[in-house]
Amino acid sequence: MATKTEKEQAPMGDRNIADMPKDYIPGWGIDADPENDPTYPMKKWNGADHERLNYPKAPQQDTDVEILKSIERPVVTRVFGSTVPPSGLSGMLRRKAFKYSEGTSAHWMGLILADRINMVEGLIDDLSKGYIPNFFKEWGWPAEWKYNRKKFVQKAAIGTAVTLAAIWLLKKSAKKSR
Amino acid sequence: MTRERIDYTDVLLPYKNMQSSGTALLPKSVYEQNKVSMLAMNFRGPYRIRVDRNKPEPKIEHPYDAIVRVTRSLICGSDLHLYHGLVPDTRIGTTFGHEFTGVVVEVGSGVQKLKVGDHVLVPFNIACGTCPFCSQELYGNCHESNPEATAVGGFFGYAHISGGYDGGQAEYVRVPYADVSPMVIPEGLDIEDAVLLTDVVPTGYQAAEMAGIRKGDTVVVFGAGPVGIMAARCAWLFGAGRVIIIDRLEYRLEFAKQYSYCEAYNFTEMDDPVLFLKKQTDWLGADVCIDAVGCEASGSALQTITGKKLLLQAGAATALHWAINSVKKGGIVSVVGVYGPPFNLVPLGSALNKGITMRGNQASVKRLLPRLIDHVMAGRLNPKGLITHRVPLEEVSDAYHLFSAKLDNCIKPLLIPPKANAA
Repeated sequence: MATKTEKEQAPMGDRNIADMPKDYIPGWGIDADPENDPTYPMKKWNGADHERLNYPKAPQQDTDVEILKSIERPVVTRVFGSTVPPSGLSGMLRRKAFKYSEGTSAHWMGLILADRINMVEGLIDDLSKGYIPNFFKEWGWPAEWKYNRKKFVQKAAIGTAVTLAAIWLLKKSAKKSR
Repeated sequence: MTRERIDYTDVLLPYKNMQSSGTALLPKSVYEQNKVSMLAMNFRGPYRIRVDRNKPEPKIEHPYDAIVRVTRSLICGSDLHLYHGLVPDTRIGTTFGHEFTGVVVEVGSGVQKLKVGDHVLVPFNIACGTCPFCSQELYGNCHESNPEATAVGGFFGYAHISGGYDGGQAEYVRVPYADVSPMVIPEGLDIEDAVLLTDVVPTGYQAAEMAGIRKGDTVVVFGAGPVGIMAARCAWLFGAGRVIIIDRLEYRLEFAKQYSYCEAYNFTEMDDPVLFLKKQTDWLGADVCIDAVGCEASGSALQTITGKKLLLQAGAATALHWAINSVKKGGIVSVVGVYGPPFNLVPLGSALNKGITMRGNQASVKRLLPRLIDHVMAGRLNPKGLITHRVPLEEVSDAYHLFSAKLDNCIKPLLIPPKANAA
């Protein structure tokens, strides 16, 4: 059971809400049972939920990169990742998406759209730096060749046939238009 | 205590724009001359990843940070959701990997417990230890590690909706709140067991724990991936009377049968898995069902088209649908399969009418570690038995494809960085 004793042992900061007397409400808490919490025993109940934001916090991390913050938070968390800050068109879309809460489709669908644009940006970025991606390797096809060769050959044959057919059709339509 | 570092600001300055656009490409000569960079997996878009030799090494960004040289890392089934482009805000240039062990090479000024040279296993949750959720041992729900979302805590190497941290499929990783979750690997614990204790084992165990299994219960696990297999194995620890696992891949079912001592059935050989399970459970339904599949389930054309092809919902919720329909009235459905954040099509009407309890959470790894280490050391659990492929980090794109396409009977691929055994 939980627990006055556990409450008393809990780390105390500016925590006094849970200890406020509620005796004026007849029967207040009489049937409270922390073991009836559906998260029990995974949650070691200590009353901290009712203390809201009055908990000890780490020092604030500094950064010189842009961190997008959920609008369901008052401030940025004390610690965060600073990798791959938003940039380009995808970054604009991400900033826009973060103007909506996590409960909205605009937030999530905006981010998915940004991801797809970011993929093209990444490719352009590579090429502009003189780096030509090795798609064969990046798609992991050496593993397909090693462990699934029959299907690999089948896929390659179908791909080649479709490409050749498309080229033939294009040439044919070009001749007709002349 | 800190390792000796050189100021590379001037060297890196011309490449600042490249880093911000996520490519982090430095000329090889810079890497070789200045040794500022490391080998790291680099996400380039759905189904496209590569390993770069020139990603800048992580640095201490907060007094509670540590830098860890990775010794082992794993590819998780949930990494495949990123790999397949299903998780929002997965930015080009991100390094994945939330299951890893490593040696501490540098610590921030506020770190007191860890020291340089410690070989640690790093739980996938980034936890502050003091917020209302951490202080109640819900370390998977930390409120001070992810500014970009409130529904999910901070994780290593996942989409930016998990905090924007790089992951362990690299040579070095920044580990925030180093005194809270990371744990020095106990003497006698195999490193391959240790790396599996960062996610797979606790997630499988917590799936069984959340299922509220009572002695003699019939437990159905959907999904014979590493977590499902571990959940089935752990169900016995809680006294299950019968454990059934459902999947579509014969090699995985065969593996699960051997590893988890359970019954294994292929749903592609059934007209209706729910009906099959009702017949198997005296027409009442299973006492508990565990969804260890998540958003990439097969088995329903409607779910596949709307969830995986058109992205009209956050992946295909087929397994969860089956779980709700297969559990008994008043039964418990435990969810550890990963779903995207927006929404999914599930039969909530049935959940209400049957009075079932649904429980789900990210595993609270730190809370579970002492118990699980005890199970491993005593031989009750054998995590490293799940590893089927050991791959150099340099071949990470092959490893992803192998795991994703289920080639060569792959259950769990382990990545080994070139500096894994450096002194």
